[in-house]
Amino acid sequence: MDVNKITLFGGFGKDGSAEKVRKFSMTVGDIVSIVGPTGCGKTTLINDIELFANENTPSGRRVEINDMPVPEDFIFDPSHHPIALISQHTNFLSDLPVVEFLTIHATVRGAKNVESIITETLSFANELTGEAIMQDIAMTELSGGQTRSLLIADAVVIGNSPIILLDEIENAGIHRTKALELLKKYKKIFVFVTHDPCIALMSDFRIVMKNGAMQQLIITRPEEKNVVAKMKQIDDMMLDFRQIIRSGDELSESIFNENFKVLTF
Amino acid sequence: MKLVIFAGPPTCGKTTVIRQILKRMAAKLIKTAYLKIDVLYADDDTIIAKEFGIPVKKIYSGELCPDHCNVVVLDEAVEWAERSGASYLFVETAGLCLRCSPYVENSLGVVVLEATSGMNLPRKIGPMLTLADISVITKIDLISQAEREVFRYRVLESAKKITVVESNALYGIGIDPIVKQILKTPDVEFPMFLRGNPPVGTCTICVGKKEIGAKNHFGVLRTLDQELFYVGE
Ligand SMILES: Nc1nc2c(ncn2[C@@H]2O[C@H](COP(=O)(O)OP(=O)(O)OP(=O)(O)O)[C@@H](O)[C@H]2O)c(=O)[nH]1
Ligand SMILES: Nc1ncnc2c1ncn2[C@@H]1O[C@H](COP(=O)(O)OP(=O)(O)O)[C@@H](O)[C@H]1O
Ligand SMILES: [Mg+2]
Ligand SMILES: [Mg+2]
Ligand SMILES: [Zn+2]
Ligand SMILES: [Zn+2]
Repeated sequence: MDVNKITLFGGFGKDGSAEKVRKFSMTVGDIVSIVGPTGCGKTTLINDIELFANENTPSGRRVEINDMPVPEDFIFDPSHHPIALISQHTNFLSDLPVVEFLTIHATVRGAKNVESIITETLSFANELTGEAIMQDIAMTELSGGQTRSLLIADAVVIGNSPIILLDEIENAGIHRTKALELLKKYKKIFVFVTHDPCIALMSDFRIVMKNGAMQQLIITRPEEKNVVAKMKQIDDMMLDFRQIIRSGDELSESIFNENFKVLTF
Repeated sequence: MKLVIFAGPPTCGKTTVIRQILKRMAAKLIKTAYLKIDVLYADDDTIIAKEFGIPVKKIYSGELCPDHCNVVVLDEAVEWAERSGASYLFVETAGLCLRCSPYVENSLGVVVLEATSGMNLPRKIGPMLTLADISVITKIDLISQAEREVFRYRVLESAKKITVVESNALYGIGIDPIVKQILKTPDVEFPMFLRGNPPVGTCTICVGKKEIGAKNHFGVLRTLDQELFYVGE
């Protein structure tokens, strides 16, 4: 089944009162963020999406795909599972070499040209992370940033899942603004649970959560898009500083000021 | 009386899954009883008695394979559950032997496997998986989408007709479809019969011979190169 659109109907917050946002839809190409303080129900919301909730979870929410209810006994063929969920806890446990592991996954997914799809996956992952992934390194030897990058690249390219849910992945050493720009090229629905203002403002819209309930849907206005363009410059500057420190150099006031001067605002 | 048998390696999440199911059974006002079969130690029965206030029992199989122990005691256990007013008996058993399986005809067999045990597990556990009706894959919250898919694929490769349910049992994710199957379970019929064929042959180690080497044993034996041969009458 092709997933073009997914709709979530609001249920109830933690105190049992109806959610203010009664309904929202995401269509292919959308990037959406879920924001709010810790414990406000962000993870619960994306779990509801992953489960195709049908008023059978504590929140009472309901999901429709392509404007149709999801059949109750919907059991997906593993090679066509439409949703990939990547969270802070998600990890690779396999200690196989990277290429061997990706080959197994691509084969299970029924890929026609395994070799080229693996090349694409690895080069995508390497654009997301600062440290290139060696082909014959064991999965378990990957760094945190490499692991997150490969999880995303694998879900996007090999899994080819139309819906990708990412739960607070920003702290994991991936170049997040670049990641978002790259992801935009793929025709998918991306949902980010995030505390990162750049990710939130680079999204098409964001859902604000409080006390287990969806409070507000904010469409990113042009003014916010301008703001995020400036924030990206600050972000890049910070990454440059990080690179300086990591390579063993010292950060002088003059280097700092020079970087600061380049900012266009 | 309806019988649901849960099997799976130690700490794979059997009790966590069962507790989620019992919550839903209690909400439907269905009366349940619980039996735990383990080798040396278990406290699941006290946990379940405390949380749900249902009749529970525990038996240690000791020197017996837990599945053999199951065969020996299950008829009595069903009678006990019946006497205590339950309409469902849930049995939790440790699947340690891997040659046997605990499932009985006219019952529901549920194998619980943790996704974190590696992508090869479904290829290693034999009848505990292949003779089950449902395979619950727990701890999906901890592994990559890719490994999850491979795991699921390999479960279906080993047991073609099995219903696969993926679960994050801590959050009750994926439990409802299991409950649905449970509600469709037929009544047990007496005499009860084990599903499938028990493993062949007598094992001389099991009866206490400690000497290493095929020449010291009889029954179905094998060489290091996997050649089977038979010594005995
Ligand atoms: N993250 C995660 N942890 C789980 C899940 N299911 C169970 N656990 C944890 O795994 C551990 C073992 O779970 P149990 O339910 O006791 O396992 P069991 O199979 O009954 O174990 P024994 O009866 O001792 O063989 C516990 O700490 C659970 O909280 C799951 O889906 N996700
Ligand atoms: N709509 C809701 N109804 C009932 N409980 C909820 C709801 N939303 C969240 N919860 C509960 O609140 C707790 C925190 O939610 P969680 O999704 O983990 O928050 P976050 O990811 O934002 O930190 C969880 O125990 C969850 O079950
Ligand atoms: Mg969370
Ligand atoms: Mg247990
Ligand atoms: Zn046995
Ligand atoms: Zn033996």
